[in-house]
Amino acid sequence: MRDVAVIAFAQDIAEHDRERNEVEFVIPVVRDAIAQSGIDRHDIGFTVSGSCDYLSGGPFTFVQGLDAVGAWPPIKESHLEMDAAWALYEAWVAIQVGDVDSALIYGFGKSSLGDVHEIFNLQNDPYSVMPLWPSTVDLAALQACAAIAANVTNEREMAEIAARDRRAALANLHAIAGRDVSADVLLGEPVTHAPLRDADIAPITDGAAAIVIAAAEIANHACERPAWIRGIEHRIEPQSMGVRDLTRSESTRLAAIAADVGGGPIDVAELHTQFSHEEPILRVALGLGPETEVNPSGGPLGANPIMSSGLIRIGEVASRIHSGSVHRGVAHATQGPCLQQNLVCVLEGERN
Amino acid sequence: MTEVLVEKHVLEYPGGYTRSVGPVIGRFLTGLRDGRIEGVRGSDGKVLVPPTEYDPYTAQATGEFVEVGPCGVVTAWTWVAQPRVDKQPLDHPFGWALIRLDGADTSMLHAVAVDGPDALSVGLRVQPRWRTERIGSIRDIEAFVPEGSEPLVIPEPAPDAEPVTGIVTPTRLEYEINAGTAPSKYLLGLAQGKMIGQRAVGSDQVYLPPRGSDPTSGEATEIEVEVADVGTVTTYCVVNVPGLSETSPEIPYVCAQILLDGANTPWFGLIQGLAADEVRMGLRVKAIWADVLVANAASVKWFEPNGEPDAPYESYREYA
Amino acid sequence: MAGIRTAVVGVGQTRHVSARHDVSIAGLVREAAVEALEDAGMDWGDIDAVVIGKAPDMFEGVLMPEMYLADALGAANKPMLRVHTAGSVGGSTAIVAAKLVMAGIHKRVLTVAFEKQSESNATWGLTVGMPFQAPLVAGAGGYFAPLIRAYMARSGAPRHIGHLVAVKDRLAALRNPKAHLHLADIDLKMVEESFLLWDPLRYLDVCPSSDGAMALVIGSEDVADAAPGPAAWIHGTAMRSEPTMFAGRDQINPQAGRDCAADVYAQAGITNPREDFDMAEVYVPFSWYEPMWLENLGFCAEGDGWKLTEAGATAPDGDIPWNPSGGVLSSNPIGASGMIRFGEAAQQVRERAGDYQVELKTGLALGQAYGGGSQFFSMWVVGNQKPE
Repeated sequence: MRDVAVIAFAQDIAEHDRERNEVEFVIPVVRDAIAQSGIDRHDIGFTVSGSCDYLSGGPFTFVQGLDAVGAWPPIKESHLEMDAAWALYEAWVAIQVGDVDSALIYGFGKSSLGDVHEIFNLQNDPYSVMPLWPSTVDLAALQACAAIAANVTNEREMAEIAARDRRAALANLHAIAGRDVSADVLLGEPVTHAPLRDADIAPITDGAAAIVIAAAEIANHACERPAWIRGIEHRIEPQSMGVRDLTRSESTRLAAIAADVGGGPIDVAELHTQFSHEEPILRVALGLGPETEVNPSGGPLGANPIMSSGLIRIGEVASRIHSGSVHRGVAHATQGPCLQQNLVCVLEGERN
Repeated sequence: MTEVLVEKHVLEYPGGYTRSVGPVIGRFLTGLRDGRIEGVRGSDGKVLVPPTEYDPYTAQATGEFVEVGPCGVVTAWTWVAQPRVDKQPLDHPFGWALIRLDGADTSMLHAVAVDGPDALSVGLRVQPRWRTERIGSIRDIEAFVPEGSEPLVIPEPAPDAEPVTGIVTPTRLEYEINAGTAPSKYLLGLAQGKMIGQRAVGSDQVYLPPRGSDPTSGEATEIEVEVADVGTVTTYCVVNVPGLSETSPEIPYVCAQILLDGANTPWFGLIQGLAADEVRMGLRVKAIWADVLVANAASVKWFEPNGEPDAPYESYREYA
Repeated sequence: MAGIRTAVVGVGQTRHVSARHDVSIAGLVREAAVEALEDAGMDWGDIDAVVIGKAPDMFEGVLMPEMYLADALGAANKPMLRVHTAGSVGGSTAIVAAKLVMAGIHKRVLTVAFEKQSESNATWGLTVGMPFQAPLVAGAGGYFAPLIRAYMARSGAPRHIGHLVAVKDRLAALRNPKAHLHLADIDLKMVEESFLLWDPLRYLDVCPSSDGAMALVIGSEDVADAAPGPAAWIHGTAMRSEPTMFAGRDQINPQAGRDCAADVYAQAGITNPREDFDMAEVYVPFSWYEPMWLENLGFCAEGDGWKLTEAGATAPDGDIPWNPSGGVLSSNPIGASGMIRFGEAAQQVRERAGDYQVELKTGLALGQAYGGGSQFFSMWVVGNQKPE
């Protein structure tokens, strides 16, 4: 395998942005990430994005996104209808094949245009679930109920996670739901989607993010402390919630083993937890101990731009490696109802 | 701050999606219509409810059907305080539950009709409440209710009814779409009877309509350039296919790419004022503005010949 | 070509029809996948990863349907990817799958592309009315017909050229039992008398709307060597994209297509495509796109594409058969159509094309797909011999 590193990361996040369209979110993050990378725009080997037509309400959303990239002369380009964390995986594969040495990855979406929790009902089984119209939050709440019933977590632990993430988000310029709050205060707030409180649920967020990755010969010049991708793996599970054990994340566990999360100490973990109860489930699946700091950015509970939120987890770990504040970390991305599909990426700085 | 434009948008396939369901789901739905709940055996012999056509873990086709329920036990629940009344099964607050029906090894999602969340718990026994009108749908069960809380009525199968082979699924979604900063400037120009394109710093290429960036460079198109409402037909087609929207023009109509003088990208517009078979590449046309100007392309009703001689092919070749 | 040697070792597809009322979405994709697995001599457990492609989710009204399809495609606890690159998606999906093997990450990848267009209406799905956009163009034909007119003006091609392609591909389809359209009486007169939809396109110049799925099993060299059937070795893959609209963009003969072809030819050692290939499966949804793509793909000089078509060079018995399967003009489940091109090219070099098998000389074939406003291209070259 070729050594590949994250060398640049940019994000642009807003709450209910009524000025900019999707392209106008992508323009600055792509420009910023490419500028950080030091690579000339025309020398980027491969470009790949993640977006979702149903978020924007019409087909071919990614075609407009391409306008922000400057795809001229023509570029090697691909698009996944997936969170852009998976686009990063496709880019990493392209570099592994060996015909390109660098890649631009971006994800974007405006979750505020429609009722995003309702829209994602269309992701459910079209015959036995979709006609009932459960919302994303409803299904997550069922998982939280199952996890509490199985003693995998409890309302206090969930409140502590939510409070920690909201406090951490205060220090993150890109977060929108920062709040100086304690678990005790949250536990006094109403349960809105039993057993979830509003603070347990990620905020509706608009945004875009971009990352540049490169093979070693470029990365070592582009970046003082490249964030090396030591393992990147993803797995999916059957969708039916009644078939899966909702109190565990088997796909995360398998991806974590394959990515060798346990191959060294994990200083930091950025987890794509759109609901607070998901963190205890994922900690078990990833084998994280108390020494690992989770979601120092505030995580998705601080800002959750759908289609780039998973990519941002990779960027948040990478930027901490770039700054030298951590040595080894794990990023996690998810999509599908109740953690159906999960990606795990282990990032590491060069050991001095 | 520029005024930005927001419009409501409904995404809905007219009449709803027509889903054929295949034999396994079809038998499940036929059972529901007839007041019966059936699962299938998976590869390991466990009974899957609702049935899946393929084993979730081995991918082998599932096998024998097994009647289950009708009662079962709640394995997880939540509470919906504000139902989406146009979509969800009940028009008053209700619970969702994963319900393991008697004889099943997996749980099924459905609504539970109770007065409040205090009436729900893991382990609660429930029974179905069937709808009177059943069509072969997961919604033929209106909801589950606590076991024994009301008489359990098992419907009689309709005599001689055909097996269910399909369902119709309405999927109305509502959005508020914002045009974006750059398109808003252009659209507000239309409301004043002006064609306002944009270009990026360092480029002479004027985009109309602008989308926010020069797609060849990715640079924002921050400079506004008013262009003429007169231009050249670079190419066109005569459309004989009726549009699906109420505002679609009557057929046949001519749809053309029109390069407005001063712009570098074509505008897609209707051509009127001459017979369809007289429209030609190179035709010089002018915009006919609507009586009431609005901030969208409807401000231009169509284009008509402006009487100038046709533009020579070479003048627009690179645009066609 | 970069990466390790990789081949198509299994091919499966549904019979394409206007509406498969007898199956669910999962049932449709399964048919293609099971056939591909059987062809490869594999079972579900042998597959390392699954890559799915399709066009916009609004066709079926299922958002990211691959999530629900994970069970049906044996993806439980495996990696799964979902590609969406407009009309080129079937080709792009096969390339994404192939790269997983070329990179040495997986040995056996199942890739599936599908569309079940009968769940809604393709014209609606392609042109959902959005705010701030004028609802002028009805369907893809309204977009492409003006470009065809511009091609005619540029090349001087006579009006009947498109109709020749419409007849040729429908005649070819009569030999392909899986093709959607089987028009036994097709002739020039029938095309010329068909309804004028988007002048200059008549009804029979246009592809049908189909339900269908295509599946490939892609394997590494050792897997291909051990496979029960012949392999279609991948000699090159390429993708290129350019923006929809910019000043001076050549929409008729797009640079992205020319660059994509140059890239894939360089990988495969192709210097004269008309001679070096035994055949090509090319995405021709409107009849006129055969001469246009003949030029774009370098099978002739610019302006001469229609002359090859007129001379019968691209017919099944011509010197360079194009779309002997009947092509997109005979079957068009949109999301699958690109992969069908790639898979049909593979079947030809495997000598598995049945009644529409061409004679192999070089043993090399081209698969091409395009999408969007002629702006997304994907191509591969497959051969019956291992690449050097």
